[in-house]
Amino acid sequence: MTHYRIALGGETLRFQTLAALMAAATPARSGDALAGIAAESEVARVAAQMILADVPLKTFLTDALVPYEVDEITRLIMDSHDAAAFAPVAHMTVGQFRDWLLSDAATGPVLTALAPGLTPEIVAAASKLMRNRDLINVTRKIRVTSAFRNTLGLPGRLGSRLQPNHPTDDLRGIAASTLDGLTFGCGDAVIGINPATDNVATASELLTMLEDLRTRFDIPTQTCVLTHVTNTIEMIEGGAPVDLVFQSVAGSQAANEGFGVTLSMLQEAREAALSLNRGTVGNNVMYLETGQGSALSANAHHGIDQQTMEARAYAVCRAVDPLLVNTVVGFIGPEYLYDGKEIIRAGLEDHFCGKLLGLPMGCDVCYTNHAEADQNDMDVLMTLLTVAGVHFLIAIPGADDIMLNYQSLSFHDMAFLRNSLGYKAAPEFEAWLSTMGMLTEDGHLIDSAAGAQRLIGAS
Amino acid sequence: MSDLAKDPWAKLRAATPARIGLGRAGAAMPTKATLEFQFAHARARDAVHSELNVEMLANDLLPLETIQVASAAADRVTYLRRPDLGRTLGQGEAAKLTEQNPCDIAFVVADGLSSTAMQSHAAPVIRHTLPKLQGLGIGPVIIATQARVAIGDEIGAAIGAKLTVLLVGERPGLTVADSLGAYLTYEPRPGTRDSARNCLSNIHTQGGMDYETAATKIAWLCREALRRGLTGTGLKENAAAIAQADSGPALR
Repeated sequence: MTHYRIALGGETLRFQTLAALMAAATPARSGDALAGIAAESEVARVAAQMILADVPLKTFLTDALVPYEVDEITRLIMDSHDAAAFAPVAHMTVGQFRDWLLSDAATGPVLTALAPGLTPEIVAAASKLMRNRDLINVTRKIRVTSAFRNTLGLPGRLGSRLQPNHPTDDLRGIAASTLDGLTFGCGDAVIGINPATDNVATASELLTMLEDLRTRFDIPTQTCVLTHVTNTIEMIEGGAPVDLVFQSVAGSQAANEGFGVTLSMLQEAREAALSLNRGTVGNNVMYLETGQGSALSANAHHGIDQQTMEARAYAVCRAVDPLLVNTVVGFIGPEYLYDGKEIIRAGLEDHFCGKLLGLPMGCDVCYTNHAEADQNDMDVLMTLLTVAGVHFLIAIPGADDIMLNYQSLSFHDMAFLRNSLGYKAAPEFEAWLSTMGMLTEDGHLIDSAAGAQRLIGAS
Repeated sequence: MSDLAKDPWAKLRAATPARIGLGRAGAAMPTKATLEFQFAHARARDAVHSELNVEMLANDLLPLETIQVASAAADRVTYLRRPDLGRTLGQGEAAKLTEQNPCDIAFVVADGLSSTAMQSHAAPVIRHTLPKLQGLGIGPVIIATQARVAIGDEIGAAIGAKLTVLLVGERPGLTVADSLGAYLTYEPRPGTRDSARNCLSNIHTQGGMDYETAATKIAWLCREALRRGLTGTGLKENAAAIAQADSGPALR
């Protein structure tokens, strides 16, 4: 039986299920083609978008893309849906919802109040009918703040994660990269290390080093070693100075099982971190990472397109009230996002869906050496995301991660976005930069050598 | 003026290969640092996209017999978009392998994501390894193009090898664009899980694992795999045993 059909340009196009319709309506990307669910032609894609525009939003509350019975993420989405918050848009179709989101009626406060009434599938559907400019247009209106030792997401602010990775977790090497980043004003979102050796002993040693550095300079920020949630729980029990709990998450229960994580484990870890009571201006203790394609790569996508699966991961994030959510957009490789165009599109979609669902959404603007992308594409995406009001971006020395072997943004890029576009660091962190004499009176970074001497001279 | 005032980064730079203390042109990277980055990226891109010179590699491997096969991915673009095709032999390719006699070990050389790595390191690694495998039946070397790791399963099954040693070009980084990986698979057959393989990575000549070390480890894993009848998570590398084996006169 055909569920969805449309006559277009002399032919009738059919889509058997809502999942097939959503996949076909998705702007082109290699991961959906790999999964065999992409639109069969450009016309078929537009046909699917035309049908999708007329689908009532309520359909997504009854027609679960991933069955309720087999998936705890679907159960989370359905069981936590706030019908009262949804009421203002309950009568709309996806197309009407898109138009309304872009209208002046959908102000920042209105969208914030709406967030608990939206589901990942609803925001994913709306994004499929939007051009890049539309995604920026809507996202820019939404304000999400989160806080631990500083306040992130305030108007005119742009946070950054300082990522000082080292291929052998050398403590001096990591400290050197950290100091370099601080002299560029980076690190207000978090100073976070991906460890090369993933065990509790190494993670504790790295965390203690970061804690020493942070307290020595009295830096109002938070630190994190990005190790598995079970390791972090063990570190907390062992008395390590844990600020944030990190975990990679995805949009289906089966994909999360691939990561070795469940919703209850995340809640348990969050409670353990909260019990330490280390935040000074807020208590958001979770740092989560996501990325389109992770469910498909775990063969746990249930025939759903990768962008919708990514939005479903945000339901997992929303349940634990995070400080930071980071879509690692270009890390997964060209079989999921082939080139700069697909990476840019995905970054804007993820930011849109995350923010609309009420998350402190940041992005690792990045690519691998086998993707058809280069630093020019990253320049475009970082500028677009900044204009769209992104919570934070990842920054590393010279844009080159020597441990994970991929390219992201450089510390210099953060200085550009702040100096040229006028965005500032989190207020508490900005005040610290001023105290250290690293900012001019108008908030620009001073010459790097002078800033470096202040920090290194004291180290 | 102290050294620190001249270059506050001099000491810290020694602590990490990361691109720190690059200086600034306004908020941008200075010209020198920008061009050095572009060079590294260009080298990595070339490693991914340049074609493996099969004839030259076969020459380097002489007097060993070589057989060339292609994956089902017709070109590089298809290879990058469709990992599934890079894991299977192209149509008719299996016929080149069925006539071979069964052997203990078959070496498979797959271009993977760095043909540069294969061109530079595949032949030396095999040459260093063979003397350590005396007494075992070694099949011809299969050179597979547009190929990923799992293609070795189909190849190994087709020629009736008990064990495949697949050398593959790893994803290039900015620092090293020609790193080689080695995957050992006992009783290879299509559908073998990655957890049933042993892997050595980072084999290259810029501070990575050197040829002799790689050969010693590969040979130890080969003998253990054949003796115990398995590869993968059940076969952990034993550093002490490898050192012992390597110091033995029989292997020198």
